[in-house]
Amino acid sequence: MTPLAPLAFTAPTINYGLFAPVLFVLGAACVGILVEAFAPRALRFQIQVALSLIALAAAFVNLVLNWGIASRALIDPVTVGQVVTGSLIHDGATQVMWAMLLGFGFVSLLLFAERRVHGGVTAFTPMAAATPGSKAETEAAEAGLEHTEAFPLALFSLSGMLLIVAANDLLTMFVALEILSFPLYVLCGLARHRRLLSQESALKYFLLGSGASAMLLFGVALVFGYSGSFAYDGIVTAVTLSQESDRLLIGGVALIAVGLLFKIGAVPFHAWVPDVYQGAPTPVTSFMAVCTKIAAAGALLRIFYVCFGGARLTWQPVIAAVAILTMIVGTVVAIVQTDIKRLLAYSSVAHAGFLLTAVTGAATTQSGLADGQLGSVGAILFYLIGYGFATIGCFAVVTVVRAHGREATELSQWAGLGRRYPVIGISMVILLLSLAGIPLTAGFVGKFAVFTAAWQGGYWWLALVAVLVSVVAVYIYLRVIIVLFFREPAGEAEVTIAGPMTLIVLAISLIGTLVLGIAPAPVTNVIAQAAEFLHAVAG
Amino acid sequence: MFPWLTVLAALPILGAILVALSKQRAARVVGLVVALATLALGVVVTVLRQSGTEMLDQIEWLPSLGSHYALGLPAAGSGDADGGMALVMVLLTVVLVPLVLVAEWRTGMGESGRWSSQAFVALVLLVESFSLFCFLSLDLLLFYIFFEATLIPMYFLIGGWGGVKRGAAATKFLLFGLAGGLVMLFAVIGTGVVAGDALGTPSFLFSDLARAEIADSPLIKTIFIAFFIAFALKAPMVPGHTWLPEAAEESTPGGAALMVGILDKLGTFGMIRVCLWIFPEQSQWATPVILVLALLSIVYGALAAIGQKNLMRLIAFTSISHFGFMVLGIFVLTEQSLTGSIFYMVNHGLSTGALYLVIGYLIARRGSAQVADFGGVIQIAPVLAGFTLVSGLAGLALPGTSSFVSEFMVLAGAWSHNQVIAGIATFGTVLAALYILWLYQRLMTGPVPDEVAAHVTTDLTWRERIALIPLVALFLVLGFFPAPALDLINPTSETVMINAGADELAPRYTVEEGE
Repeated sequence: MTPLAPLAFTAPTINYGLFAPVLFVLGAACVGILVEAFAPRALRFQIQVALSLIALAAAFVNLVLNWGIASRALIDPVTVGQVVTGSLIHDGATQVMWAMLLGFGFVSLLLFAERRVHGGVTAFTPMAAATPGSKAETEAAEAGLEHTEAFPLALFSLSGMLLIVAANDLLTMFVALEILSFPLYVLCGLARHRRLLSQESALKYFLLGSGASAMLLFGVALVFGYSGSFAYDGIVTAVTLSQESDRLLIGGVALIAVGLLFKIGAVPFHAWVPDVYQGAPTPVTSFMAVCTKIAAAGALLRIFYVCFGGARLTWQPVIAAVAILTMIVGTVVAIVQTDIKRLLAYSSVAHAGFLLTAVTGAATTQSGLADGQLGSVGAILFYLIGYGFATIGCFAVVTVVRAHGREATELSQWAGLGRRYPVIGISMVILLLSLAGIPLTAGFVGKFAVFTAAWQGGYWWLALVAVLVSVVAVYIYLRVIIVLFFREPAGEAEVTIAGPMTLIVLAISLIGTLVLGIAPAPVTNVIAQAAEFLHAVAG
Repeated sequence: MFPWLTVLAALPILGAILVALSKQRAARVVGLVVALATLALGVVVTVLRQSGTEMLDQIEWLPSLGSHYALGLPAAGSGDADGGMALVMVLLTVVLVPLVLVAEWRTGMGESGRWSSQAFVALVLLVESFSLFCFLSLDLLLFYIFFEATLIPMYFLIGGWGGVKRGAAATKFLLFGLAGGLVMLFAVIGTGVVAGDALGTPSFLFSDLARAEIADSPLIKTIFIAFFIAFALKAPMVPGHTWLPEAAEESTPGGAALMVGILDKLGTFGMIRVCLWIFPEQSQWATPVILVLALLSIVYGALAAIGQKNLMRLIAFTSISHFGFMVLGIFVLTEQSLTGSIFYMVNHGLSTGALYLVIGYLIARRGSAQVADFGGVIQIAPVLAGFTLVSGLAGLALPGTSSFVSEFMVLAGAWSHNQVIAGIATFGTVLAALYILWLYQRLMTGPVPDEVAAHVTTDLTWRERIALIPLVALFLVLGFFPAPALDLINPTSETVMINAGADELAPRYTVEEGE
């Protein structure tokens, strides 16, 4: 067992060039807070939108410029005053995940910035502190107030996501998890309509999320007890060499898994997903559904493959069981949903299950995979890209289908919508087919890649189960298509004319879905070359 | 090199886009022009290939997973199965689609509760394009992708324009198709992983897969079974056939002709292309069970056809019986029967296509698809009755029609495999005569009921005849001169059987013949 590092504080070396994307996002978030305080109300919305989008674009450009030279560099500790070097790691996988988070974050923020469909204001409540239905709230609504804090909050959350996928020690990981979670708790409670549902969702998410965080933290403590190190490389050494009893390690791995599986929305830690997805403002839902899932999956992959890769045989069966449970519960329950947001929520649970099949397979170069293949990490990242496009697109459609001034989320209200509005109908069909994994869409390539990864890792029976569940899962989306095209129009829901922001989101998600379905090679090549974890970093 | 095959297969997609952009009345004209251009291109491709031009469009599609975008009509000796079978299926497709468009000229024009004719034409063209891609594909993953993709336009074709219960029928069609498809996805992934291990690099090219030395194991058998289940659901074999009668009953006649004539052939096509080509050993192992299922389909399909009250369902059941013959010809594992089976796929497309279209005309006139609602039609519409009779006779494999040639070859091959099997299959041909002739008698002969006289007032128009004449001409010409088609098909069955180790198979037959 390695002795504890001396607690003297050494100033961390920071490679600002590589760290810049996070700094851009964090910086813009801080400036955003100041804007709330000092900018005149009339200008706040415009300033916030411009600030956030420019920050994300700048971060993305910086990332792309660093792409070639940065692939194997390290950043020394930044967030926690630890002496061990390498709190954040900038490897190929970090690059790809940062690109995904920044890209999808940008697209989600476009939905945040949509005002036209909501009648000239954002989707956020005029005054979150007012009691729902109270006079104060009505007055605020009449005055045209809106919570533009949503933008800096989303940026804070995004910076946490950027950190967690790059975290190279358990404490950084935990702190990043909290940074990403707290703004989301607030954002969930900001819906303009159906305030009670929104507040309920925020409270639920907060309580359950805190519980999950606590478990994760306890897991971190156990792993520290086992290995004497928070840093991933120290844990790797301990896992391979330690003579200690495995009980601490197993307990620690299990509890850390609980914390991250909660964020991914895997069964049995999924109970919050439908309520929160339904109650949160739809732009926030799409942000959570995509970006949080990417971040949590990235953190899970890094911890399980880098830290606990040596103990693979211990956790693989457990993750396999969780994967099966998640796929089945998500799929079966999604089929009976009557609310489109809840349906998409359960579908996202099912997708978490499909992802976990590849996690279980753990097909990496460490386990003998040839270079240049996607493997588990590449497959999961590609899957998340396909899932991200389709999910954001679907939620964008949800925001424009409205009845009586608010979103018409009851599936029955959508009857015949596709025939009255063919463009929206066909778009929705393409996105749903991608979620269902039908060929010629990104969803299919993703599904194919993750099942291949599961099989390459020796879990062919898991691929079989996943395929069989996929058959049932198709029906989730088919049901919506039937309602859209084969039910007589009920005439209740209308498609509101959306502003340019939502149209851009819809266009991006459709183009992404089809291009990645028809010509995925450019993206899969980049991922296959880049998306690998740097292992056992020397200090 | 000009990418002939890509252009051929993608042209209908372009057409579909043009159709979607054009005005309601112009749409079907645009669609027909594109379909005819595709037909012309198909003929050009055939001529070029037969005169020795190499037909291959290949680039890496998904290198990290080993998949290629590869379309081709390989010649024998290229390391892949000969492209003759693919070529005849392509020709069948490009011939059938324009005729369906002509026959369904009025579909979608002003019927309430149905979709526009624009959408109909566009979807038909999408079905055509996806099928062409599928037939031409030299890569298993690409094949799979288009195998699945055909389901989506077909789903909307049934659901958008069919009968009263079209929604439920379309859903059932899609769920069966996707169930089979996803089972196949499992098999495709497994093949890729197993062959990737054997080859060193992942590859989905059919030529590589056949080359990979995959040792037989329970897992490989599972993969084979998964493939077979997928194909048997597609080319509906008893007991996985239940979706077809409903889908056909609720579909438009043109849609049904496309579905049974082309899409379901992807199943039998896949049995040859994938099961026999990549898994010859496992095919041999599974033969006894598959042959029993094939015989069951032949007899059950025929018996059920005799008992049907609905015309569209009746033809669907006759098709199930015919698919039994095709599967029988494939899995008795002789070169002759395999050639017969592939030829059967073409002939069935022609004869059943014609039968669906002409029965569709009849149903449109009467406003009912119940057999009992007809009688004596020959006195009012002799041309219609004549076309029905000719198409029906081609369906029952009367000598002089091309079906006779193929059915004879299948039965002759079956005979050399096992006389009992051949005997039972021959019983199926007797039942075929029964269901066709009895149907003709009930529909066309006898006194004319008042209801029929009131509704069936006109004989076939010229437009309707134009859709039928090429089909009838083709199956009559090929009936008397089958050589051109057989010359295209023979190299395929030869390469497939050599790959399957025909010399290893031979002793097995002599033993059985000796018994």
